[in-house]
Amino acid sequence: MNLLFTLIGIVAFAVLAPCVGCLLAGLDRVISARMQGRVGPPLLQPYYDVRKLLQKEAASVNKVEDTYITCALVLSIVAGGIFFSGGNLLFSIFIITLSGLFFIVAAYSSRSPYAEVGAHRETLQVMAYEPMMLFMAVAFYLASGTFNSAGALFFAVPAVTVLWPVFLGFMFVLTIKLRKSPFDLSYSHHAHQDLVKGITTEMSGPTLAKVEIMHWCENVLFLGWTGLFFIWANPASIVLAIVVVLAVYFLEIWIDNNFARVKWQFLLRSAWIVALVCGLVNIGFLMYL
Amino acid sequence: MATLGFLILFPLCVGIVLFAVRGEQARKAIVIGSSVIIAACSLWLIATNLGSSWTGFRFSSTVVDYCCTAIGVLIAGIILYYGVRYKNVLACVLAVIQVVGSLIFEFVFAHGVDVVFGLYFDSLSLIMTFIIGVVGTGICVYALGYMEDFQAHEPEDAPDRRPFFFGVMFIFLSAMYLIVFSNNMVWMFTGWEVTTLSSFLLIGYTRTEEAIANAFRQIIMNLLGGIGFLVALFSVVVLFNTLSLQEFIRLGGAYPMLAALPLAALAFAGITKAAQMPFHTWLLGAMVAPTPTSALLHSSTMVKAAVFLLLKLAPLMLVSPVPAAMTVLVGGVTFMMCSFMAISQSNAKRVLAYSTIANLGLIVACAGVGTPEAVWAGAFLMVFHAVAKSLLFLCVGTAEHHIGSRDIEDMDLLFERMPRLARFMMLGIMVMFVAPFGMLVAKWATLISFADMGQLALILLLGFGSAATFMFWAKWLGKLAGVAQRVENVEGSVHRSEWSAILVMAALSVLACINLPLLSRWLVEPYVVGIYGIAGQSIPMVDLLIAAALTTVIVIVLFAGLGKSRRRQVSVYLAGASADNENRIFRNSMSGETEATAHNWYLTDVFGEKSMAPIGSVCCIIVMILGVVVSAAFTTKGFGLLSAVLSLFGL
Repeated sequence: MNLLFTLIGIVAFAVLAPCVGCLLAGLDRVISARMQGRVGPPLLQPYYDVRKLLQKEAASVNKVEDTYITCALVLSIVAGGIFFSGGNLLFSIFIITLSGLFFIVAAYSSRSPYAEVGAHRETLQVMAYEPMMLFMAVAFYLASGTFNSAGALFFAVPAVTVLWPVFLGFMFVLTIKLRKSPFDLSYSHHAHQDLVKGITTEMSGPTLAKVEIMHWCENVLFLGWTGLFFIWANPASIVLAIVVVLAVYFLEIWIDNNFARVKWQFLLRSAWIVALVCGLVNIGFLMYL
Repeated sequence: MATLGFLILFPLCVGIVLFAVRGEQARKAIVIGSSVIIAACSLWLIATNLGSSWTGFRFSSTVVDYCCTAIGVLIAGIILYYGVRYKNVLACVLAVIQVVGSLIFEFVFAHGVDVVFGLYFDSLSLIMTFIIGVVGTGICVYALGYMEDFQAHEPEDAPDRRPFFFGVMFIFLSAMYLIVFSNNMVWMFTGWEVTTLSSFLLIGYTRTEEAIANAFRQIIMNLLGGIGFLVALFSVVVLFNTLSLQEFIRLGGAYPMLAALPLAALAFAGITKAAQMPFHTWLLGAMVAPTPTSALLHSSTMVKAAVFLLLKLAPLMLVSPVPAAMTVLVGGVTFMMCSFMAISQSNAKRVLAYSTIANLGLIVACAGVGTPEAVWAGAFLMVFHAVAKSLLFLCVGTAEHHIGSRDIEDMDLLFERMPRLARFMMLGIMVMFVAPFGMLVAKWATLISFADMGQLALILLLGFGSAATFMFWAKWLGKLAGVAQRVENVEGSVHRSEWSAILVMAALSVLACINLPLLSRWLVEPYVVGIYGIAGQSIPMVDLLIAAALTTVIVIVLFAGLGKSRRRQVSVYLAGASADNENRIFRNSMSGETEATAHNWYLTDVFGEKSMAPIGSVCCIIVMILGVVVSAAFTTKGFGLLSAVLSLFGL
């Protein structure tokens, strides 16, 4: 992968991912509403929300929060660009972690009690899902001989056939990464949780708009990782991957609407046990058998 | 060769002179002047030999041999003196064992074994030269201002023992140079023991009860390691009839079975000095000493000598599975367990100590894996750890003197109280644990080498350990980042010598991260190619370039972009029950007023030292006992086979 190709990927991701992510967010709200027996907002509601946020006055609790959020947004786009241009899967995982770190630091910088609780929880969530992410990348590397996502294009069969334990583990932590209930400890869309806006409590106006756009980009990237398991040398596999990704997204919405938030102890233990079992089985299998 | 000799002897002379200098100004001049000379000389040595492979110098001298023996006896004498004075029997016994052992060795076994190339350097020694000569001397300069404040905080009638402090620091540097330039293993051993003694003296500097107890813990553990080194010397000379490190590595590669015991013994020596579990307690205890001591021990000396030796031995690890398994497991378990325990700590120096031990564990594991990729990763971990950790220690030391605490909870609002210092600290923390900074790039290479070698256990240990690393650094970073209105700035009284040292370390950290491809090309790869014939650089260049670009952007944002926004400022949200928003005070259920405070999470129930430390220590002890015993069995068997073959031929 040369540098130019990656740069083009980053620019393309910056344009396309917010659009796709916005539609996905709209879809989420429509489906959630139907599951709850409501009509729900129009599909483009997330776009209207962000547009309105961008028009609001830029006020904040300190002079640094917005800078951190801007960094987080830019880094999430870089991470997405690296992945979708066929670049290094592990590097995109690391960069999205850095993006998450800036998001956390932004919340800490406000020194608001609610935001700080959210930041603590978010830090814990990162710790909970990080091992599984690493194991997923290593298993992909062992199966394909490369960390580059483009490596999947040369598979004779989709990666999920040999990586299904890791895929299941990834599905588990995906719920945390998408901040869906029962693992939405730091920040939630549902008003019945103990802490709703948590990490974003002090973010408003254009800053909050950036956070929303960042989530859209992140979601597209995470679903891209999901799709990676279903790609192989056959071009038609892209269609299959998209179908699977949509099904996974639907599943996540269903989980979100049917489970109540758990305590952090359960989150950490379950995520690590899943990572240990799935990682051990899958990587061990790939290494020794 | 003159340069090598100068780098070994000059700090030694400076150290001896400093013992005698009592004047403040004279000491300042000598320390700064000689630091500049040492740093310049080190850089000159590196610059003129960039990319060079193993270069030996014909130098053997019985005078030096006798000097080394004399130094060994002197060290034992000093330890005995303190041991008797503070009634520590174990330290005395170990010192006696060691000195008797080394005397027998010198006059019975080593007699007549000549090392032709007594001194040498290769690119790994050059990297160490940089770490000792630039980072180490930087810490000495920092210590000038720090010790002035330190002395001011002492009671009026406390004796001024600073000449002793600075003298030992420079002798420390000299001993480090001796270790990295000696091909003669006896000379190396002498340097090894001098570093042990120097850190003993520095840890016990304050002479409080705690300091003395911790100093003795250090010396006992490291004397054990020294005895391990001595066992290695005996077996190397008996089995291979050489005392040249290079010869040992060459012959050991050819006869891995025979080399098992000396290799395991050297690995044990390295593991003790690198403070791996169960020996991690000596490095934790070392933090009672003034902060420059911790900075020196953690970043540029002592523990770095240990990982330097282990990385040197990596090619042997590749062919001897038993010592390799021992090294890999001890390093991996230590990495994960100490990362876990760091979560439960609120004392900044203790967090730093655990993180040092964990990172050393990773380097030890890399050395145990022994592939070119692993050595590449290990060398970079060593470099980035040296610069970033010294930066962090210096920042914590300065913060401690100005906010009166080394507790992370008290670093709340440091971003406002000491804006520049907080930014440097944040930089140091980020270099330690996130992409695109150097430490993580090195960890990434580590992960690849583990995956390539089928090290399933190491991958699992690395995965969970890294996650814990994120947790304890991120929450500290968050604490630093807090911003409030109207806080007093207490930064004005920081000494200039402290600022200059901090600035040097910060600049080195950033430059090292950005120039990682160049460092790899000119320093790390030449070493790896010299040993293995291949470069071992496993990270795609395009990713390194993106990482360098992102590093640049983040550093600019951190130092130039933050706090420039002109937005309207509002108060934080306190859910409608607030009494005074700006000071986070709300009305409580008793109609009184309470200030909202938030402490970090330490998760002591899950990651507390009480539950974690015994598990890690027991695992490592079992692994080490098994490793050494099985290695000894291998060597005996190999020796028996060799004798049998020789007797077949009637020899």
